[in-house]
Amino acid sequence: MSLDLLAHLKALSAAPGLSGYEASARSVIRPVWERLSDEVHEDRVGTLWAVRRGRGPEPRPRLMLAAHMDAIGMIVTRREGEFLRTASIGGIDPRVLPGQLVTVHGREDVPGVIALPPPFLLPKARRDNVAALGELLIDTGLPARRLAQLAQTGDLVSLAQPPLELMGELLAAKSLDNRASVAALSVCLEALQGRPHDWDVLAVATVQEEITFLGAATAAFSLRPDLAVAVDVTFGSDSNTREFSHRTQALGGGPALGLGPNIHSGLHAAFKTCASRAEIPYTVEPMPAGSGTDAVPIQISRAGIPTMLVSIPLRNMHTPVEVVALKDIARTGRLLAEFAASQLDGNFLRALSLD
Amino acid sequence: MPKKDARKSPPARPAAHPPLGDLELLRSLSNTAAVSGDEGAVRKLVLEAIGPHVDEVKVDTLGNVLAVKRAARGRQPPRLLLAAHMDEVGLMIVDHDSDGGLRFEVVGGVSDRVLLGKAVIVGPRRQPGVIGAAPIHLLSGDRLETVVRSGQMRIDLGAGSQEAARRQVAVGERATFATEFSVLEGAVRGKALDDRLGCTTLIGLLRGGPYPVELHAAFTVQEEVGLRGARVAGYAVEPDAAIALDCTPSNDLPDSRGRENTQYNARLGHGAVIYLADAHTISDSRLVAFLCRTAEAAGLPYQIRQPGGGGTDAGAIQQTRAGVPVVSVSVPARYLHTPAALARIEDWENTIRLLQLTLEQFDRRILKK
Repeated sequence: MSLDLLAHLKALSAAPGLSGYEASARSVIRPVWERLSDEVHEDRVGTLWAVRRGRGPEPRPRLMLAAHMDAIGMIVTRREGEFLRTASIGGIDPRVLPGQLVTVHGREDVPGVIALPPPFLLPKARRDNVAALGELLIDTGLPARRLAQLAQTGDLVSLAQPPLELMGELLAAKSLDNRASVAALSVCLEALQGRPHDWDVLAVATVQEEITFLGAATAAFSLRPDLAVAVDVTFGSDSNTREFSHRTQALGGGPALGLGPNIHSGLHAAFKTCASRAEIPYTVEPMPAGSGTDAVPIQISRAGIPTMLVSIPLRNMHTPVEVVALKDIARTGRLLAEFAASQLDGNFLRALSLD
Repeated sequence: MPKKDARKSPPARPAAHPPLGDLELLRSLSNTAAVSGDEGAVRKLVLEAIGPHVDEVKVDTLGNVLAVKRAARGRQPPRLLLAAHMDEVGLMIVDHDSDGGLRFEVVGGVSDRVLLGKAVIVGPRRQPGVIGAAPIHLLSGDRLETVVRSGQMRIDLGAGSQEAARRQVAVGERATFATEFSVLEGAVRGKALDDRLGCTTLIGLLRGGPYPVELHAAFTVQEEVGLRGARVAGYAVEPDAAIALDCTPSNDLPDSRGRENTQYNARLGHGAVIYLADAHTISDSRLVAFLCRTAEAAGLPYQIRQPGGGGTDAGAIQQTRAGVPVVSVSVPARYLHTPAALARIEDWENTIRLLQLTLEQFDRRILKK
């Protein structure tokens, strides 16, 4: 049974899995990874990791591939009659919220919509500007008494925009940051089914990246990888990002290989070589300081881990209509598998150099 | 044993009863695209739905559907016109960018604030697209607080090039929000409830009867861009009286500063909304009194819309020929002209019931008082 990437991605997108509450995402990933790996474990903070054992002699070096599975969303702070007020979990963009479909995960899942109150109900300063999340309301259509039975402070609210298949094998959906990268890890595990590799390959779906990078930091500590690759999404180019063209990558251009202080320069070079040999298109993404990804805590775990960052271009980041190219996901997964299978031998670590 | 959930178990949902309003018809009408001036798809559904239930039906030069259901009895029954508009607010594609992005202009009253980051369906091929937004990570300060104007937005079909976009979508085609209609607990959520709720109500009334009135039904076009269909329908029908069936904004949300909301316009859960005055019309006081009397006698909840701005087809019909006594009856609904409007089924049913009684009890003498 081969992996149906589009169906897998849609299932991953549909799972709420907000930061700190990743169970629903985990339960989509687990059965797929169980089929594609030797062991699957869950750690004490909720990170899911799968091992594909290598064929090299023990003790085998380990490659960690980390993609965060948590998604941004909202949490109920207060009930106000027939309405709910919320705070954000992660970097919600209030500009795109009015009119979005949501699901309130109360006593049962309750569908709703994000309401922008009419201007006369907003403070004067907000009437011509973007309303902050605190001024928006969640409306389920329920009368106050019924709402009180179903929802309360602390309930999670996830975006509920269904996916749309665009032209050119692009998918628009919620939470593709970072479920697209989780799907790329699934592609990698599947590709390794037919590719012998010396090292152990660990696919890791981390938690709480959008808040504190918790899962990546703790997984890097406990799994003690010899090398790590964080897989995340990066800004896709389009008309909205034209003025930021130096910070965007084209959809369909293949994975973006991070380059900067957060990235081990020798690993970066190895990935470029690997991509060229496998004829996988890629772009180079310069990152002058940090990267804002799981690569940050992984790099400084314990005594330091040589870390690489591979990113999938994605438009409209942190909106319910994030857009990715399926082929970029497939190429990213293939590049990771290619790297594990063709580059990582008994000498790789010794030969790995910053210069 | 630790308590897993300290909350009390909720009581069972209210007992279900067969709804007065046809939810499946409303679903298909809501999901169909009919931006003002391009009402063909809804017109087709309306014609199919009313065909077996009316005595005459025609489509006029603007595209209004005009139907007649003759009276049950009487030699000169009053001619009562009920109007509901078929069109919805939306977008028109006006140009293709070199990268395949679609420029659009807004048709009717759609706020820039509800467009960003939305899924849309474009043109007769129903091509899915999204209105994209620059990621907040790249924006700073004021840019995060500033409402992006529709002129800056583009619809992204994923085309990648002007040629590819042109093959799928032509200039002049319309786009609507992609929201799929859904039935929630006691409520409906969907695009274009304004005025597919009115259309569904009117279709239901035509399926019933006959009534002691000669019922003229007008499913009008171009309400959202200036009540144009209603004007010519009113002229053609020459009714004794007319009622516009529409949706009215229920602005009954809490004030974010905690003040009392005194400008709610209409409220969900308070029944049919009867208009006294809006920007275009003073309702005929005899019709208003008759509607209120009828509701009260039947024990139906109703509410008077807070007089103010806005307008319905009644405004255009009133001014046709030598003048027509008019009133509007609306279903209260929240978030009209956004991707997802919400209305309570109970309010809709109370509105339908009031209109059924109105048709059954309407009498020429009402207008003589």
